[in-house]
Amino acid sequence: MEYLPEMRLYHPATVEEAIKLHAAAPSGRYLAGGSDLLVNIRRGIETPDNLVYLNGIAEMHAITDAPGQISIGAAVNLRDLAESNLLREHFSAVTQAAGDVAGPSHREYGTLGGNLCLDTRCVFYNQSEWWRAANNYCLKYRGDICHVAPGGKKCFAAFSGDVAPALLLFDAEVELAGPDGRRRIALAALYRNDGMDHLTLGKGEILVAVHVPKNPIPITTGYAKSRVRGSIDFPLAGVAVRMGLQDEKIADLRIGLTGVSPLPFLVRGLDKFIGRKPDDSCLEEMRDVVRGQAKAMKTTLTPPHYRRRVAGALAQKLAETIF
Amino acid sequence: MKTTLSLTVNGINRDDVVPDNMLLVDYLREKAGLTGTKIGCDGGECGACTVLINDRPRHACLTLAATCQNAKVETVDGLSRDGRLTAIQRGFHEKLGAQCGFCTPGMIMASEALLRRNPDPSEADIRAALAANICRCTGYVKIIEAVQFAARELSA
Ligand SMILES: Cc1cc2nc3c(=O)[nH]c(=O)nc-3n(C[C@H](O)[C@H](O)[C@H](O)COP(=O)(O)OP(=O)(O)OC[C@H]3O[C@@H](n4cnc5c(N)ncnc54)[C@H](O)[C@@H]3O)c2cc1C
Ligand code: SF4
Ligand code: FES
Ligand code: FES
Repeated sequence: MEYLPEMRLYHPATVEEAIKLHAAAPSGRYLAGGSDLLVNIRRGIETPDNLVYLNGIAEMHAITDAPGQISIGAAVNLRDLAESNLLREHFSAVTQAAGDVAGPSHREYGTLGGNLCLDTRCVFYNQSEWWRAANNYCLKYRGDICHVAPGGKKCFAAFSGDVAPALLLFDAEVELAGPDGRRRIALAALYRNDGMDHLTLGKGEILVAVHVPKNPIPITTGYAKSRVRGSIDFPLAGVAVRMGLQDEKIADLRIGLTGVSPLPFLVRGLDKFIGRKPDDSCLEEMRDVVRGQAKAMKTTLTPPHYRRRVAGALAQKLAETIF
Repeated sequence: MKTTLSLTVNGINRDDVVPDNMLLVDYLREKAGLTGTKIGCDGGECGACTVLINDRPRHACLTLAATCQNAKVETVDGLSRDGRLTAIQRGFHEKLGAQCGFCTPGMIMASEALLRRNPDPSEADIRAALAANICRCTGYVKIIEAVQFAARELSA
């Protein structure tokens, strides 16, 4: 048996209490479901002395339906997210993405907050201590070279959460609480393009809830991912598509990507498809735009060119099937 | 640091002082002496450690024991009563759902969770519910038959 390193675990009942405990605890981390953080602690890539457990905070468990927006507490687990009829009705890409995370047992306790704050991943990083030691570690943790792009000083570890690209389709905002109070920012602004430091969360900040505006006009959305084993794996590329038609022409189009760069993002330059019929040539062109921006690096055993191509292909297929 | 943990394990109330860094799987195997639950990987990959917490399947290898305050924990050790196997255990026995048996405790607990929620699962439901449980021996066909056997027994 391999014990975890010595740690102290705190059980706050409110967000404010959690922030105070975190501030008082050197090298503290927030713990939600633990389906990512505890794996990383076991592998020695995270070494917190203190864990502040968020699941006892009632405020973070609610899904509330207000006129104009739906709010989802960050401690809601992925199964409840995937099975919510309210969310499916308004944001079907989000419930599909939540239902595509990991395997069924992970979704029972893995949370929305943990999914959005998931660490970035790389085949040279998500390994045991002896594996990484034998390979001289890497820039992201303890080493001084990146094995993916050895010339540079940048880490390309890929953000691989499934739910973020789906939420980006709907202009979701995240409510953050920290030592300096609460603030609300666009979900897109939670991320930056740096595999070593991909979250813009301030020190001690908690993601409390996600607020998603309801759409005034009907749109159709969906999520699809490619993975090594269909039953359980992280996305090699994950694609969320939102499309609205008017008079059989594209009136609304957004595409969110995950798994192909250090941050989830919306594909740029889709305006040129507005007003066009979604016929084969249009969707092939759209596929190529997606492929061009899915700049996957060698962070998985599956080669990058496959991930780029499959991202485009998934976007095309989704656009075809959601109509 | 340590926490005083009160919970039920297989229906029995327990109070134990557990270190904050103790995983539930180690608590079950070492403190409670329930070695049915297995450890097959370095975290979350295989499902061998699946137990039920408040009726939901969960990886005991990615759960800190101290987060199970007041929880109802169930393991494969607690299923049979007075030496009588439950339907799902009989299913694995009758249909040869176990070969080496290492994945079996996790498979059985994930199946048990499924049958409690959905007593009449389709083959697709069974495959979906067991997607986080890996077996290197059976090829899964016999495991699906075992769950189908149990579902039939339960409805009979
Ligand atoms: C075998 C396996 C397969 C997996 N496959 C997938 C997959 O296909 N897709 C996928 O997206 N994920 C996958 N995961 C990862 C994980 O299960 C999910 O992403 C899950 O949603 C993480 O949530 P959690 O609550 O368990 O997070 P935790 O592990 O508790 O936390 C993850 C990170 O987020 C931080 N955090 C958590 N909540 C908050 C909050 N409210 N505010 C601020 N910070 C917070 C933690 O400090 C930590 O850094 C997989 C994991 C395993 C073990
Ligand atoms: S991209 Fe480079 S620095 Fe980042 S985790 Fe992979 S090998 Fe390490
Ligand atoms: S021991 Fe493999 S998932 Fe828990
Ligand atoms: S019976 Fe051997 S691993 Fe499943």
